[in-house]
Amino acid sequence: MDRLRIQRIRELAIEKTLFLCALVSVLTTMGIVLVLVFETLSFFEEVPILEFLTGTTWAPSFRPQHFGVLPLINGTLMIALGAAVIALPLGIASAIYLSEYAKPGVKAVVKPVLEILAGIPTVVYGYFAISFITPLIREVVPGTNIFNAASASIVVGIMILPMVSSLSEDAMRSVPGALREGAYALGSTKFDVSTKIVVPAALSGIIASFILAISRAIGETMAVTLAAGATAKMTLNFFESIQTMTAYIVQVSLGDTPYGSIEYRTIFAVGAVLFVMTFIMNIASMWIKNRYREVYT
Amino acid sequence: MLWDAWDKGADWLSIKFLTSFPSRFPEEAGIKSALMGSIWLMVLTAIMSIPMGIGSAVYLEEYARKSILTQLIELNISNLAGVPSIVYGILGLALFVRGLNMERSLISGALTLTLLILPIIIISSREAIRAVPSSIRDASYALGATKWQTISYHVLPAAIPGILTGNILALSRAIGEAAPLLMIGALTFIAFTPESIFDPFTALPIQIFNWASRPQAEFQYLAAAAILVLLALLMTMNAAAIIIRNKYQKNLKW
Repeated sequence: MDRLRIQRIRELAIEKTLFLCALVSVLTTMGIVLVLVFETLSFFEEVPILEFLTGTTWAPSFRPQHFGVLPLINGTLMIALGAAVIALPLGIASAIYLSEYAKPGVKAVVKPVLEILAGIPTVVYGYFAISFITPLIREVVPGTNIFNAASASIVVGIMILPMVSSLSEDAMRSVPGALREGAYALGSTKFDVSTKIVVPAALSGIIASFILAISRAIGETMAVTLAAGATAKMTLNFFESIQTMTAYIVQVSLGDTPYGSIEYRTIFAVGAVLFVMTFIMNIASMWIKNRYREVYT
Repeated sequence: MLWDAWDKGADWLSIKFLTSFPSRFPEEAGIKSALMGSIWLMVLTAIMSIPMGIGSAVYLEEYARKSILTQLIELNISNLAGVPSIVYGILGLALFVRGLNMERSLISGALTLTLLILPIIIISSREAIRAVPSSIRDASYALGATKWQTISYHVLPAAIPGILTGNILALSRAIGEAAPLLMIGALTFIAFTPESIFDPFTALPIQIFNWASRPQAEFQYLAAAAILVLLALLMTMNAAAIIIRNKYQKNLKW
């Protein structure tokens, strides 16, 4: 009788312990949100929120200080845009190839290569940008700054390519074969089937993968810090030095910013903007995937 | 890309490179402290993240009933997996370095990395656990086993290859991360190896970042050499994961 009771208590204790483990993830999110909210609020006590969100000069370490976050957002979006221009067409093309055209033998080689590409640390991509891509760009476009948005965009594009490709391929593969057979029966070519049947049918998954990849490009840190430079400015010129939100955060944490100072708090305010942007995109990606998924039975 | 790193870095690779400390003089510089720091970090992160990650996965797959709380947890985990790593660095800085006064130590770094890879570990472990057929569980229950006995004697052993593979891949992500460690203040110039978990530290990706951001060509070559070491470490881990997967996949057949 006693053994049974001990056993029951033990079972309950184990369940509760495991539940606590699962709760850690919730606590992490709460921790992130609380830290960002508190530090950002105390930042806004000194800097008006309107100036932060609409100012076009970012100069926290010069006098007079300026705290307009728009140049950093501008830089971040430039990188995201450049990366998207490279990764989205290539990613969807490689997904169509892998899902519709590739023979199993080719697939067995390409998929692991993409996986390896996805596993390379981002700092390595950064090195690749400054040691290989930047010199190349400077040869083609003379007068390009050593640190430039183009080089960073290209490596970030390469970095998010595996993500677009593998997620889009998953979506395309879940399109039922009967749809393809139907189109073939009507005399379509393979290309027609791929572009007019498979891609539209898998569109929700493809768009979800795009959004997720762009969100990843926005949060990307090491490569843009190394390659894109540290000059926060409003520009659309890809051959100039810019600064992204993530690169700014790294820059502050590398210097000796006194704890509790206004410069120190800027990293939380900028981090909050970054978190909100990626959070909205991640949620949107999940929502689109679930909401617009064609259900085939 | 690999060729580029090999071309520039291979000449600089030597035993001396692996066993010397960083230096102002490129000819004398090495990655001993960075390599040791990365190994320390990996071990500490593994000790903390693997039990917690598997625990969460077991709870969500085997115990959790459909409720708002568990749905919230699930949504949360998939969301956390998409949070940029530098945001984890901000959390680590505020929570561990400042809040808990752990300073710029190995333990702060390892805790930050633990939070970073926990969602990845949970997601992959759940998939492995879900792949265990329910007939195994039913058979165990039919013989009078309790829930925990069923999980610990049958479900987990059957799922272990999948769980291990996912965990190794998550850890290989952790040792490649530089941004969160920079945030919590890992130093780049450290001329000693850490001896306790409260010592300051540096890590391979940070050393690479530091060398790569210097203009002199020699330091670029050093960065390339350090990249080769880091990639070798990652390849070894990935190979281990693949070997484990293939080995056990053959033995287990339902």
